[in-house]
Amino acid sequence: MPAMSAMSAILIPDWVGRHSAIASAGPQAGRIEGLWWLMFWVSTAVFVAVMVALGGAMARRPRILGDSEPPHALTPEERGRMNRLVGGAVAVTVVILFVLLVASVGTGRAIASLSAPHAPIVKVTGHQWWWQVEYVDAVPGRSLTTANEIHIPVGRPVLFRLQATDVIHSFWVPNLHGKRDMIPGHDNEIWIQADRPGVYRGQCAEFCGFQHAHMGLLVIAEPPAQYEAWYKSQLQPAATPVTARQERGRQLVQSLPCALCHNVQGSQASGKTGPDLTHLASRRTIAAGTLPNTRGNLAGWILDPQTVKPGNHMPANTMASDDLQALLDYLEILK
Amino acid sequence: MRRGFIPGSCALLALLALISAACEREERQFRELPPMSGRQNLPVRLTDLQPGQALPSRIGGGRYEGNAFAISEGKRLYQWYNCSGCHFQGGGGIGPPLMDELWIYGGSPRNIHDTIVEGRPNGMPSFGGHVPDDQVWKITAYVRSLSEQVPKSAASGRSDHLQGPPSEQYRKLNAEGRKLETQPQKARQPG
Amino acid sequence: MSAEPIERGRVAADADAIAEDRRRLEETWKFASGLWGWLSEVSHTRIGKRYVVTALGFFALGGIEALLMRIQLARPENHFLNADLYNEIFTTHGTTMMFLFAVPMMLGLGVYLVPLMIGTRNLSFPRLNALSYWVYLFGGLFLYAGFFLNTGPDAGWFAYVPLAGPEYSPGKRVDIWAQMITFTEISALAVAVNLITTIFKKRAPGMSLNRIPLFVWAMLVTSFMVVFAMPAVMLSSLMLALDRLVDTQFFNPAQGGDALLWQHLFWFFGHPEVYIIFIPATGIVSTILAPFTRREVFGYLALVLSLVATGFIGFGLWVHHMFATGLPQLGQSFFTAASIMIAIPSGVQIFCWIATLWTGRILYRTPLLYVLGFIFTFVIGGLTGVMLAAVPLDLQVHDTFFVVAHFHYVLIGGAVFPLLGGLFYWFPKMTGRLLSEKMGKVSFWLVFLGFNLTFFPQHILGLQGMPRRVYTYLPETGWGDMNLLSTMGGLVLTLGVLTYVGNMLWSLMAGPAAGDDPWASDTLEWATSSPPPPYNFQYLPTVDSRYPMWTRREDQPIVTGLRTDRREVLVTDLLDAEPDHRDVLPGPTIWPLVLALGIAATFIISIFTPAGLLIGAVPCLVALIAWFWPRGDTDLKVLKERA
Repeated sequence: MPAMSAMSAILIPDWVGRHSAIASAGPQAGRIEGLWWLMFWVSTAVFVAVMVALGGAMARRPRILGDSEPPHALTPEERGRMNRLVGGAVAVTVVILFVLLVASVGTGRAIASLSAPHAPIVKVTGHQWWWQVEYVDAVPGRSLTTANEIHIPVGRPVLFRLQATDVIHSFWVPNLHGKRDMIPGHDNEIWIQADRPGVYRGQCAEFCGFQHAHMGLLVIAEPPAQYEAWYKSQLQPAATPVTARQERGRQLVQSLPCALCHNVQGSQASGKTGPDLTHLASRRTIAAGTLPNTRGNLAGWILDPQTVKPGNHMPANTMASDDLQALLDYLEILK
Repeated sequence: MRRGFIPGSCALLALLALISAACEREERQFRELPPMSGRQNLPVRLTDLQPGQALPSRIGGGRYEGNAFAISEGKRLYQWYNCSGCHFQGGGGIGPPLMDELWIYGGSPRNIHDTIVEGRPNGMPSFGGHVPDDQVWKITAYVRSLSEQVPKSAASGRSDHLQGPPSEQYRKLNAEGRKLETQPQKARQPG
Repeated sequence: MSAEPIERGRVAADADAIAEDRRRLEETWKFASGLWGWLSEVSHTRIGKRYVVTALGFFALGGIEALLMRIQLARPENHFLNADLYNEIFTTHGTTMMFLFAVPMMLGLGVYLVPLMIGTRNLSFPRLNALSYWVYLFGGLFLYAGFFLNTGPDAGWFAYVPLAGPEYSPGKRVDIWAQMITFTEISALAVAVNLITTIFKKRAPGMSLNRIPLFVWAMLVTSFMVVFAMPAVMLSSLMLALDRLVDTQFFNPAQGGDALLWQHLFWFFGHPEVYIIFIPATGIVSTILAPFTRREVFGYLALVLSLVATGFIGFGLWVHHMFATGLPQLGQSFFTAASIMIAIPSGVQIFCWIATLWTGRILYRTPLLYVLGFIFTFVIGGLTGVMLAAVPLDLQVHDTFFVVAHFHYVLIGGAVFPLLGGLFYWFPKMTGRLLSEKMGKVSFWLVFLGFNLTFFPQHILGLQGMPRRVYTYLPETGWGDMNLLSTMGGLVLTLGVLTYVGNMLWSLMAGPAAGDDPWASDTLEWATSSPPPPYNFQYLPTVDSRYPMWTRREDQPIVTGLRTDRREVLVTDLLDAEPDHRDVLPGPTIWPLVLALGIAATFIISIFTPAGLLIGAVPCLVALIAWFWPRGDTDLKVLKERA
């Protein structure tokens, strides 16, 4: 199985990210993976033992009964032997279960103990069907908002504050940690740390409606310097158009339906109900981890989002081909 | 088999009625009408009577009138697009109330749709270029549900926020003073 | 009813007197005839069979839904089903299998078998039994009427709020789900009460507590679990319906309600529900083992205590469905310990069954094959269950296909396998005809292999991170091959089930006659003809061991002195089943059906308006008045007629 996950890691394109509960990239997922392998081998041993016992029963030639005995009753010797065997098996079971209990509680305490002062705080809000990501900083000017893609520094614990405003979602990046539900009215917290740089895929793990299947996110763990650079770039307002077509594109974002839901920092588009587009072009995916962020996909998504994610809240848009190209020109500079 | 014929056919008819009602109510339509379709810039009209050649009707029409999903989408968009900013939860404030029987620019689905798309004097902006036509129809259906003009079984239930007014489907049962200033429509017609 | 002395002793009468007795019994207990009679039937064998057949019908529907889902998931980004339809189908599949197949099937088997196994003529409350069936049937039809009207529930069989609440599930889809729950719960509660009283008070003389057949013990524990678990879900589904219809705020966090309250109430029922399905299955396993090993089941006391322990612990681990909601550490440890602890009684049972196989002489007939298949799959399912009890591991695999695999291993492997074995075993008793052994074996192997092929790969999918309840997945995730394998397994499994059904149909038409006791079994249901007469036994049997059929003597006493001109049965005491007094059971009547119709009207109308409660109360009241209208002393009337 490890070989298999290693192989699939090579094949997976960058925009999808790794996504497996048994290919850990952080201390918590690592401990859980350890617990999994412990349980896996213990369970395998128990299963084999039970099957051997069952096979033994099936292979056995039974004693021919005498006429004097009632055919159904066990002899006292048989009964005593079986009592001892069953009693022994139950005792072994109890011991094994106790060991697993201790291992489980120990692992649980260990993964819950991760924390650090002055850690980055990422507030993630689950929406139908995308993730709003806010980096919370004590200095208001250093807070930023993005969507569906979370960058974290490698080797540092990061505090995730999880919440939902519509239905229940569940935040889950299996390579880093187990899942934690986002429940309206119950804000949750989870600490996560990545030890190895990489792109890790997360997906909503609580059924949340039509597009539960297409509610992915990426966690990108990168060296601290790279992370700081990314953070700085995200703090900038949106790029200003250079060419006339890009300027036309910005006009369109402001005048078309886009601006009703989406925000582009530094323009007049300031909707809050859809993902923030200020740095759209810097993200690897669109439509919450569903499509790679390419010009073609973006065009298709804008014109007909209901084919990609039927039921999502983005309406279809029709526009002249020139307008579309101008719009894409503008969106592509939003690094 | 003979004796079961009449009750059987009655049951079948009842079933057919149920089917048509349920099908309309429960449909979840994702593929929308083309945006901005069916836009015609015609004057506001409250009647079909007119001199000369008949013009396309501005009364009646309306998609999604009995569709629960579309009405609930309309309810969401009513909040998202900040209709509530002026009309509040239907009781009106800055803009006129939507849950009474008085319609300055007509209360038919077509009229409401046109009001949203074209805007009206004294503060109602035109959303024609911004809100796709399909969503306008959904908002229209929701607005009409505020004044109980859609089937009760399709109207929305309560929302998951702080207590607003009673939900659209439950309103009649506990809001006696609802009809705030019901007057014959003619008396308040503009002009 | 005054307790007259009841003789226990061999009837010394001549053959004519016996024939006369039988004639009178037949007249008193005869099945009502015609359509009207069919609708007013109260016989437990008839109603039990209806339960089994109806539940099998819903099993088929649920199976078709499962197959549709498997076809959709066979390839990534498949367009066989759209998201909306997929959600309706997976919700209806789960709801059907839990509420309309598994529980009614198990309870229905109990309705059919318990009176026969304990040697009485009918359940304690025959009319309540009829009511329970009709309510169940209407609930099921109601769900499927909704489903085919595009009003199938689509928020999952767990219906988590706020998704299932008024804002995010517009229309009437979830209301249908919530009311259907109430239908089936009323039905289950009625059966449970009926079974408990019957088992406590109607056992054959001599069947003391320590001689009750293991299947009957299992039904007793299950019935108690039903009584304590079902009210929780009835309450929560009522609260959901109120939130949706009349603006209550039970689950609205903004108004002081709580979305987690739903999960607690639902799983307080939802987890015991699993054992409500599984415990009768263990009863079936124990029942099948004895005749096919020709030995007593090892560890009677241990098995009974395990059942009771499971029944208690089953109520203490609902929170393990909610580990990801963020609970305090200490609470998590408590529920981990409880969840792990329940593996002990299950382990005890498995070891006892293996010990039975070890000491016995195994006859490899189809029912036993299902038991062997059960042990294989249930051990896997139990072990993955222990894994899921561990909070850290659960946080990873919760709501993934690993969990899907786990509970199909315990529910199909742990309950459906014994059930298929049990149906094979009791089919001759119910119909008087034998099934084909050859087809039975073919179907077993297809079911067994198909099942494992379907669900084993899902463990791996879960570990690879595939969440549950997704209508599709991206091709780049690499989950396609395992899913395709799983779908192919589903087809094999379907083939196996079809073979099984074909076997049943063949046997109904051309199967060889079974005789009273084709398997040389040990329990009392085989002491009468196949299928049993309306009065079950001409003379109620007495019992002096756990294996009454194996220890029956030539001069085994029987119960005499019960009147044959009215539906009289013997009531015995709770502990030792000493004869206590006699009880007269009511005969066929239409009123349970009318009441069930009234209940159905109440629930269905109240989806649309709260006035439904008032409107529906009218037919219910009429039916109840007519049902309980005093008709004078029927005893006296009979005496007068005779005079």
